Amino acid sequence: MPCVIPNVMRMKTSDEALAIAAAGGDSSAFSLLVERHYDRLFGFAFRLTGSRVDAEDLTQDICAALPAKLNGFRGAARFTTWLYRVTVNAAHDRRRRMASHARAADGWGNWEVNRRAENRETQQDIDWLTQTMTTLPPDLRDTVALILGEELSQSDAADVLGISEGTVAWRMSEVKKYLRRIHEKEAQS
Amino acid sequence: MTDKFDDLDALKAALRAATPAPDPAKKAANLRMAKENFARAQESTDAARLTSDHPETKGFMRGVMSMLKSISMKGALTATTSLAAIGLIVLVLAPENKGLLTPPATFEPVVSTDQDTSQRAQAEPVVEQEIAAVEEDVSKELQAPSSTSTPSQTQSLSDSTSNSAALDIFVEEPFMSEPVARESAPMGGLFAAAPLATRERRVEGFVADAIAPQPEENTEAFSNEETSPLQITSENPVSTFSIDVDTASYSVVRSSLMNGYLPDPDSVRVEEMVNYFPYAYAGPEGDVPFNQTVTVLPTPWNEGTKLVHIGIQGQLPEAEERPPLNLVFLIDTSGSMNQPDKLPLLIQSFRLMLTELRPEDQVAIVTYAGSAGQVLEPTPASERATIMEALNNLSAGGSTAGQAGLQQAYAVAEGMSKDGEIGRVILATDGDFNVGIYDPDELKTYIEGKRDSGTYLSVLGFGRGNLDDATMQALAQNGNGQAAYIDTLSEAQKVMVDQLSGALFPIANDVKIQVEFNPAQIAEYRLIGYETRALRREDFNNDAVDAGEIGAGHSVTAIYEVTPVGSDAVLTDALRYAPEPETNGSAELGFLKLRYKTPGEDVSHLIETPIQQDLGIVSEDILFASAIAGFGQLLRNSTYIGDWTYTDAIALASDARGDDSFGYRSEAVTLMRLAETLSSK
Repeated sequence: MPCVIPNVMRMKTSDEALAIAAAGGDSSAFSLLVERHYDRLFGFAFRLTGSRVDAEDLTQDICAALPAKLNGFRGAARFTTWLYRVTVNAAHDRRRRMASHARAADGWGNWEVNRRAENRETQQDIDWLTQTMTTLPPDLRDTVALILGEELSQSDAADVLGISEGTVAWRMSEVKKYLRRIHEKEAQS
Repeated sequence: MTDKFDDLDALKAALRAATPAPDPAKKAANLRMAKENFARAQESTDAARLTSDHPETKGFMRGVMSMLKSISMKGALTATTSLAAIGLIVLVLAPENKGLLTPPATFEPVVSTDQDTSQRAQAEPVVEQEIAAVEEDVSKELQAPSSTSTPSQTQSLSDSTSNSAALDIFVEEPFMSEPVARESAPMGGLFAAAPLATRERRVEGFVADAIAPQPEENTEAFSNEETSPLQITSENPVSTFSIDVDTASYSVVRSSLMNGYLPDPDSVRVEEMVNYFPYAYAGPEGDVPFNQTVTVLPTPWNEGTKLVHIGIQGQLPEAEERPPLNLVFLIDTSGSMNQPDKLPLLIQSFRLMLTELRPEDQVAIVTYAGSAGQVLEPTPASERATIMEALNNLSAGGSTAGQAGLQQAYAVAEGMSKDGEIGRVILATDGDFNVGIYDPDELKTYIEGKRDSGTYLSVLGFGRGNLDDATMQALAQNGNGQAAYIDTLSEAQKVMVDQLSGALFPIANDVKIQVEFNPAQIAEYRLIGYETRALRREDFNNDAVDAGEIGAGHSVTAIYEVTPVGSDAVLTDALRYAPEPETNGSAELGFLKLRYKTPGEDVSHLIETPIQQDLGIVSEDILFASAIAGFGQLLRNSTYIGDWTYTDAIALASDARGDDSFGYRSEAVTLMRLAETLSSK
């Protein structure tokens, strides 16, 4: 049994150190780590899926899987990068499963069904966002979630997605093109 | 026009504004589950690290099981109160949350929060006046762990096994107070009864999703329908379907059996198993592209019924006469292809195929995912070294970045084809169809459009894991192509060498079959297989409805099981109030109609022929096809096959092997033996 360090003494301990300790069996390090990142994880899950229900499912899946997954954490990447990667992969798996079951009905597409009309103005904002996110192909959406939602740098987002920085830049320029097209459509109508 | 950076900023703002705060109840539950899982994982860590991945799963499952078992009534009660408590907080905070994204009032019954919601609803009336008092204590407790943790909590969380103790601390002070405690007893029942099941389901899902040794297994999707039901001739005398020359299902079945497990019944499409084998049916004479042979024989698995066997044989044009081929290999090079039975097998398969091409044929290679783009310009097949070098340089890696791979492949194919020449895209993948078009309907429309403009699509599946059989079928069907699954080099030899011309040269398009049974002779009938190819009766004469293609030299088989009027084997009773079926004086069993289009034409031709009693000569081909049809039905657990067994199938197939110059039929018998052994476990 490793020596237990009270978490109160670890407030300043880095994520990476906690993750490695947790991978080594330190449960209090693990607790601190998941508590520290839960909100971020949920927010990211939401931005990936576009649905509260899906985000909750995804977060739950990841929480359940994290202890086993953490064994694979070697400190080669930043913990947040690693966690984003785990989340993106889990979201892809979900998306793929859902696509085979229900013709690619993922959250941003389902939002129309899920939403509730609250107040007109916010509803319009949400409509615009939903419409925009639905227009984007999944890998652009993922990139948007990382760059705009999580404010990652292009190089960090590239790390998470396992693609080159150039591809991230290219994807963001694609996103701009999509946005411009949507704008033009709006201007026309 | 707004500046494009404003657009990005607007998207960012909207995205961030729309993101809701996590539900505190779920957060607590998820954190608790994560910690519990962590504790269980530790119990088995030592064993897991010594060996491969598999025991880890088992160890983990054991941990979960013991966790599930160990939730005693008392533990459940404690947990319930904490959940109820957290539910209250949601109640209090909800108004602030509501702005953008309040969760819908009814959740989909997936997550354990169902219970939370119902508890919340139950708790509401009783608790309302208590909230003010409760709110402060609880929110203090709950907010603490997110960024800073209070000493008392740190202490309790520091020992992972004392989570329930931690929860006790959470709960005791505010919630054991009178009104809530009273209410919590019935809730305990609720939690103890339902959530265990919910939880178990989640845990199963998690095991499969996250740490099962082959998590990709989960993502296989097979396309199939319920077994075609028995039809009563007097009620529904007409059966209509499209032919199917795919063989993918047989290869998938073989791959499953060879790996030591019975195939998923949904992966078995009987007609594809039957059509996997070459048969020497009588070929056409004259101008027609194919000839049909109808044979009536006793049913091997049912004495009281007969089989109507329809064999279609396509003509085999002289190889020298065929037009030059323009092939574009569209190859998936995503990281998942980096397995011996995927990209390396694919490269070897294409190498085999090159030997079959003629100098004037042209080949280009486009990859998608990982390394993107055109890696080989259109090159005459005579420059084999160039093509081989391009193939050998393919490497799998990187994540999926499908950048218009499909569009590019089609563009290349169109550039290669002169007027009247056949262009074909051959998509090779392990199931990742991230080819640049995401919407399934758009993809289908796109492929259909390209098909009509003369570029066809075939799909080759490699490897198991996330094989997306359903999409493969859909794409190939819409692209006038074949879907084949390649699991071994010998299968590659069959698909890409021995039967290459059939795969690449359609001789008849949109081939549909319609059979009208004579109610005076046939009481009941059913079509074996072709479930995914059923057409509506009116579609038969509608040339706009797409159907299957016959390639050069292809043979296609369809088998009906029919029950003669008066047979003991009739399954349905005659209706009391319906008129007796007319005795129309005809001794014909039915009437067979075929429609096909000559490639490049839009108007179909019609072939008609009556089905007579005891028609045709029962050849080994026909017996073998029947044996395979029976085998497929056994694998599908069909109820129509009675007490017929694998042993019977083996006996029938062994006797009907014939020349079997390629050894396909012997292999099938081996598979039947394997299935027999596996099913008797």
